[in-house]
Parts: sequence; structure tokens; C-alpha cells
Amino acid sequence: MTTATPSAPAPPAAPTNKLGLTKQDYVGSKSTLCAGCGHDSITAQLINAAFEMNIEAYKVGKYSGIGCSSKTPAYFFNQAWGFNSVHGRMPSVASGAALANRELVNIGVSGDGDSMSIGIGQLMHMIRRNVPIIYIIEDNGVYGLTKGQFSATADLGSVLKHGSVNELPPIDPCTLALELGCGFVARSFSGDPKQMNAILKAAMAHNGTCIIDIISPCVTFNNHDSSTKSYKNAKDHDFPLHELGFVQFNELEQVEIPAGESKVVTFPDGSKVSFRALREDYDPTDRFGAMKILHEGVEKGEFLTGLLYVNTSKPNVHDTTHIVDAPLVHLGQAALKPGKDVLAKCMDELM
Amino acid sequence: MSTELATAQPAQDTKTLVNDFSIEIGTVNGSGSQTANSVLMRTIFQMGVPVSGKNLFPSNIAGLPTWFQIRANTKGYVARKAVVDLMICMNPETAKDDVLKLSPHATVIYDEPLKLNTLRDDLTYYPVPFQKLVTASCPEPKLHKLVKNMIYVGVAGQMLGLDMNETKNAITKQLKGKQKAIEINQAAVDAGFAWAAENMPAQSRLQVVADNKTAGNIIIDGNAACALGSMFAGVQVVGWYPITPSSSLVESLIDYADEHRRDESGKLTVAIVQMEDELASAGLVFGAGWAGARSMTSTSGPGISLMSEFIGLGYFSEIPGVFFNVARTGPSTGLPTRTMQGDIEICAKCSHGDTLHINLYPGNMGECFDFAYEAFNLAERFQTPIFVVTDLDLGMQNWMSKPFTYPEGNFDRGKVLGEKELAEMKDWGRYKDVDGDGIPYRSLPGTPGGKGAYFTRGSGHNAMAQYSEKPEDYKALVDRLRLKYETAKQYVPKPVLADTGSKRGILAFGSSDPAVMEARDVLVDSFQKKTDYLRLRALPFTAEVDAFIKGSEVIYVVEQNRDGQMHALLGEFYPEAAMKFKKVLHYNGMALDAQTIVDQITAFEN
Repeated sequence: MTTATPSAPAPPAAPTNKLGLTKQDYVGSKSTLCAGCGHDSITAQLINAAFEMNIEAYKVGKYSGIGCSSKTPAYFFNQAWGFNSVHGRMPSVASGAALANRELVNIGVSGDGDSMSIGIGQLMHMIRRNVPIIYIIEDNGVYGLTKGQFSATADLGSVLKHGSVNELPPIDPCTLALELGCGFVARSFSGDPKQMNAILKAAMAHNGTCIIDIISPCVTFNNHDSSTKSYKNAKDHDFPLHELGFVQFNELEQVEIPAGESKVVTFPDGSKVSFRALREDYDPTDRFGAMKILHEGVEKGEFLTGLLYVNTSKPNVHDTTHIVDAPLVHLGQAALKPGKDVLAKCMDELM
Repeated sequence: MSTELATAQPAQDTKTLVNDFSIEIGTVNGSGSQTANSVLMRTIFQMGVPVSGKNLFPSNIAGLPTWFQIRANTKGYVARKAVVDLMICMNPETAKDDVLKLSPHATVIYDEPLKLNTLRDDLTYYPVPFQKLVTASCPEPKLHKLVKNMIYVGVAGQMLGLDMNETKNAITKQLKGKQKAIEINQAAVDAGFAWAAENMPAQSRLQVVADNKTAGNIIIDGNAACALGSMFAGVQVVGWYPITPSSSLVESLIDYADEHRRDESGKLTVAIVQMEDELASAGLVFGAGWAGARSMTSTSGPGISLMSEFIGLGYFSEIPGVFFNVARTGPSTGLPTRTMQGDIEICAKCSHGDTLHINLYPGNMGECFDFAYEAFNLAERFQTPIFVVTDLDLGMQNWMSKPFTYPEGNFDRGKVLGEKELAEMKDWGRYKDVDGDGIPYRSLPGTPGGKGAYFTRGSGHNAMAQYSEKPEDYKALVDRLRLKYETAKQYVPKPVLADTGSKRGILAFGSSDPAVMEARDVLVDSFQKKTDYLRLRALPFTAEVDAFIKGSEVIYVVEQNRDGQMHALLGEFYPEAAMKFKKVLHYNGMALDAQTIVDQITAFEN
């Protein structure tokens, strides 16, 4: 029998992941975005997904361009290296880092202005090369940081606060990515944390370019009722394509794969994603089907969300540059500097 | 002093020119003349006579006029010679102009039907029935157009007394392993030689006599030399976009790396990616440099303009990267296939705001190799973009050179902290000037231990790499970057100095060197004027430059652009000496020649 007086209960230990890290180990600096900004909920899901996926933060490269969205890499993974580059040109910077060190887990955060206007060329070519990166487009249809001009994803007929009407058709990042042969195309909504979490975890298992368009309404410049990218509009018109269940490889045994209408996709690291079709029998490995359903969604004025298309067998930039298996940055001088005999041979050929 | 002598061209006469003359060949591009011209040039080189070759080509694939100039010079002068001694006219479209521009007494070989001999009566003409000869020597009509040019190699060979065994060796070398092509081309050379021996009156004005001044030398272009330097420097990531005249730099690197930069499994130890544009090339360079790889790109003026935003980012956030600028004639598209030292100021200060970059100016093939190698050391030592500034004349023309010297020693990877150093360090700050030399310590993404991560940004930041808009933080940052530039003076290649004690200085750099060397001899021989010569090889200006300027009464700044861009930089960095600097300029797209320098300096002197 114990007579000790009961002491104050110890605070419950924060849960740890397989690396022994707590969620606190994945946070970043305090956000300086407007209160209630959808971008912050995306940041929160990145932190959750990385924690749950046991990502080593020091192996993460965080990249961004310029804009509100591009500020967010400072708000997660303090233990990862970050690179806030120039407007629209983050894809080439991330590509360089990915080639230099193929062990890096690359996360790019961009916006609709950064990706669909000034940076559309670089984004398209990065997709073509299949550079391994989770590329998130925080899509609000507006330039927030320069105080509210239209972006190229603004819907035809949408109206800005001061009354000007967008008379140009929008560019859909997902349709574009599909057209370019992207091996992982998804759309989500910053007001749907569960779906974002599943998509981000699947992206962390994919070894190629992942384009994730996340509708993230701007609370300051594009959240009035006439805006098609306001919270109200997005909530009213968000149609989840399917229910996602992400199963990490080493947990596979514990999970029941849904039967019947489900479709399971296996990623290179062995992880599996199961899709339960809510609307029709959606097959995320059917590229033409994805294109069709996206175009139909536009006709009906719906945001189709979910993992739209996945192809895990496409060669990536490491394959097509035929570089060594080890990260290039791990090679020492002995591997990089040919010997005297090589120079002598080169000189001989020129005599 | 005679004023006649001080004027431009020395009168040409009929005196014998042994191992000292120039040949110009006017052809149509895409007609296979490149092979013929290289064989002709190599034959002279293999006979032991110093030689240089300049390809004046149009921005076109096939059908437009092109010229090739070969200069043989026993003293080793390899600059372009403005006066043509032997003109070979193969292009009907330009033949008339090609003849009319010649100086008196020049010799002309031409395609017989062109009937050029009626144009002037102060030249010596040799009409040759090229079509008849090619028909007789080559059984395949579809090859006639390509092989026709090899006929003039045989004709000129006979006329100039070339060693035809060396021509044979040159053909074998040029067409490595393609036996049928070797036979067809050799037959055309033989046909030209035989016809000339039988039908052409012998001449003795222009002769090549075997010598021993090229033994052990190589022939190479500057782009290939820079590619070799980069390969031996261990370049790991390359992003590039095709642009004349720089494309062959990375293309050479691709070939060399294919053979010499593979691991045991056969995989490449360098990633070379043709990007979608120059902006992306620069982004790739900085992404890779940031992650710890040795990275580079190669471009020309218009590409530098496109890269300039990124270069500012690289400078401000302190990321290594090597930028080769093989300059061409501009602005805008300009003359893409002509040469110019037109990007001196843009490379010295590329990007907006206050920027100053380390620039290297190789002046010959050996330096293209050495400086390419060294650029990677400097980039990592100083954590900044380094420009290696060449031009079309260095980059694409064929130059004789001593074989390159193997770069011994270890790479300088600069101040990089690994896991262990980071663990031992107290309050590390990415942008702290710990050593007082302006160069901070960096860490690389992927370093374990949880201590090295930081956030790189092109916006204002403090010594701890935190976002800052504070006036004192910004000023401290740009002042430290300026200190870093000062420190670089101890590391960049020092100038090459020829001091005669005359106090009459010439300052030049890059591809101007051969013309300056020759001009200095002419100034002594014809005008009894000695000059001191400082060949600048880098920015920032070093103590040797300070001393040269201080010790000279007048300094002729020789450069290949209209406005005197180096002259302007010198005026900015040495305002107290501004009156000493005189502009000697050349900017018509052609390579600089000695006479241009002599004329301008003598005009100043008089």
C-alpha cells in the first residue's frame, strides 16, 4: 500500500512516430499570413502527413517562389532546409537540388499566380522531366501579396472586390498536368483536412512529380459571395471524387482493403492507396477517364477533388539523366576528377 | 617619323612570303567546306608552322556565304590578319566582292566559270575547272557538292608547296574511321594536286616550308577547353540552353563526360540537362549549388540577360555556380555568329541592386582550361556566381596550344559544415562573418543531426538567416558582400605583366591578347615605341593592377566593344587615374587585328 500523497499527474507525453519524433518536431515558424487563411490549414496537414509518414525532416528540401503561398515553407519543418527563390522559377531550383541529392524529399509550395502565370513554363517542363517533388498549388484565383489582382486560375466572370470582372478563361492546373503526362495529379480543398491528409501522404510515397491543386480561398481579397473561389462557393461546389485510404507499406497487414468498388494503387516504396469511388466507378489509373471527368466537372461548375490520376511507373529525372544511384553530392574528388592519364589521352587526340 | 608609315595598311608588294601569309576561302555554308578548311589548316600545322583559323559563318544552316581565314606565321602571330594574301573563291554569290576587297598583288584561285580575272588587273589569277575535276575524281554525283571543296585543298597544296603526306594524315584524323569518306576526299585532293601540277604556272610568292615550331602542340577551340576544365573540376550538375556561340561548350562536355565521367556501373557522375530556357538553366545551377553540387551553365549575352534575376538571387543568398559567357556581337540578336567583348559590364555587375561579381578572362586555350577548373573552386570558396567570360573568337575558333597541364591538388570546397562541425559549434549563423573575410559558413540540405537547417531567401535577412527588413541588417549584409569581393583579390588569377619601363601602358584581356602582342612588336619595329602590357585576367582588380596604373603615364585600354566597357570600370574603380585611360576600340564583329591597335595608338601618340 502506498501512502505517498498523490502528485499532480504528469502531462501526457506527446505521441511519437517511428522516428521517435513528436509533431512539434515538424512545425515551423509562426505564420504571418492573414488570420483564417486557407494556406495555414494546408501547412497543418503537411505537418500531420510528414509526422505520420515518418519523414526525416533533415532530408526535406522546401522550395517556393514568390507570393503568399510561397511564404509558407517557413511555417513548417524547422529542421529542413528551405529555399524561397524567385517568382515562378522554383521548379528549376528544386530540379537542381533534386539532381544534386536524389535522397532529398522535395516539397514545393506555390500559388496560382506563381505557377499558372509567370512560372507556367518551368512548371510544365518540370512535370515533363518528372522531377520527384510534391508540388502544391495553393489556389485562390487572386494575387494576394500585391493586394488582389486576378490570376490565371480566376474563373470567367468572377468579380474582384472593387468590381472588375475577369473576362478571360481560367487555366486548370490539373488538366494541364494530365496533358503533360504527370504521374500524380490531385485536387483538394483547404477546408477538407481529412482528404488533404490522405493525398499528401500518398504524394510522400510517390517517386515523381506530384501536382496537387488545393483550392484555398483568400480571406482578404477573394472571399466575397460573388467569387467562385470563396469558402462559400467552394463548400457548395466541392464534390469529392472518391474516398481515399492511404496505407503505408509497413502498416499494411493491419488494414482491411476495401472490397468491391475499391481500386488499390501501389507506390514504389510499397505503400498502397485505396480509392473508393463515390461517383461512378472511378479508376485513378485511367488518364483519359480523368481528363473526361475533369472537363465534365468544369461544365457542371464542380470542383472535383481527390486523387485524379496516378501512374507510378513513369521514369523520373534521375532515370533520364542516367546518373549514379548514390546522391551526386556524396561523391568525392576521386569519383569526380578523372586522372592524369585521361587528360593525356584527351590531349593526344588533339595533336 | 614618316606619316605614311603611321597610316593603316602597309603597302603589299610582290615579295616572297614564306610561312607568313593569310588565306581566305569563300564558300557556301553547308557545302562541306569546314572539312576542307580544317584539312588545309592542319596540314600547315603538321608541317611545323604556327597557324590559326577563323570561321566567319552566317547564322544559317545551309546556303549562305561563309568564309574561313587561315593565317600561317613563323613568329607565332595568331591574331586575325586584316590583309588577305591568297583568296580562294568558291561562292558565285560573293566572289566578285571577295576579289574587289583584296589588296593589290593578292593571289586568287577561283572556279573557272566565274571569270573573275576581268575584275582587276593588279591581282594574280588561277582559274580552276572545279566541276570537271570533281566529276572525274568522284563517281557519286550526289557527293560532288560536298567533295568539290576538297579539290582546292589539292590545288592550294600544290601551289604552296604543302607536304601532301601531312594532308593525308589530316584527312584521316578529320574523318576518323570513316574509310569510304577518307578515300573519296583523298581522291579529290589528289585530283586537284595533279591538275595544278600539270596546268598551273608555278609561283614562289606564297610558300610553306616545313619548320618545327608546332611539335607537341594541340589544336583546340576554347569551348572544348572550357568543357575539359569543367570535367576535371568535377562538375556534377549542368543546366543549359542552346545558343550560338556557346552550345558547343556543353556539347563537348557531354562527349567528354560520356567517356570519362562514369562510375563502375556505367552510370554518369554528372547530370546534364538541356533546360527549357536560360532562366531555368540558372535556376538549376543555383538549386544544385545550394544542395552542395558543383554546377554550371554556358550561354551567351542574351542568355545572361535572361539569367540576371537569378544571378542576383545567387549573389544575395550566396550560392555557388559557374556561368560561362561565350560572348557574341549584340545587343539583341545582333550578330550571333560574330565576336565581341560586349558583356564586360553586364557580367561585372549582373542583376539589379548593388552587385559585383568575380569574373575570369581567359586569354588563350590553356587559360580556358585552367580558369574553367579554377572557377569551380572560386564559386565554392566565395559561395557566389562566378563568370568565365570568353567570346566567339576564343570559344569557337581553332587555336594552337601547348597541351594542358593536369590540375594537381584537391578541390577547394569552401566553408562547408558537416554534421560533426555543426554539433560542436555554438550559435552557428549561416551569414555570420566568423573569419573577418566576408565569407560565412554554410551547411547542406540532407545533413543529419538537426542543427544545420536554415532558410535561404532572396529577401532581406540577418546573419542568422532570418527574414529582416531592418536597415542595419540590410546594410551589414551588402557591406559584408563587398568585403567578400575584396577578399577575392587574393584568390583570382593575377594579371600577366610585360614591363619595359616605358610608362606607356596597354591594358587588354581575353581574345585581344594575340593582336596586342603583335601590335606591340609592330609599334617597336615601325615606330620605335615600347609599351608595357598588362593582360587582365580577372575581376576584382588586384594590387598588380593598382601598381600598373600608378606606374604608367598613359594606359591604352584595348577592348572589343563600342563604349569602352572595361575603360568605364577602370574609371569607376580608379577615379584618380581616370585621365590616364585611353580607349582603343574595335567592334565590327570581326576578331581584333594588330593593325587596328597600332593605328589607334599611333593616332593618340601623334
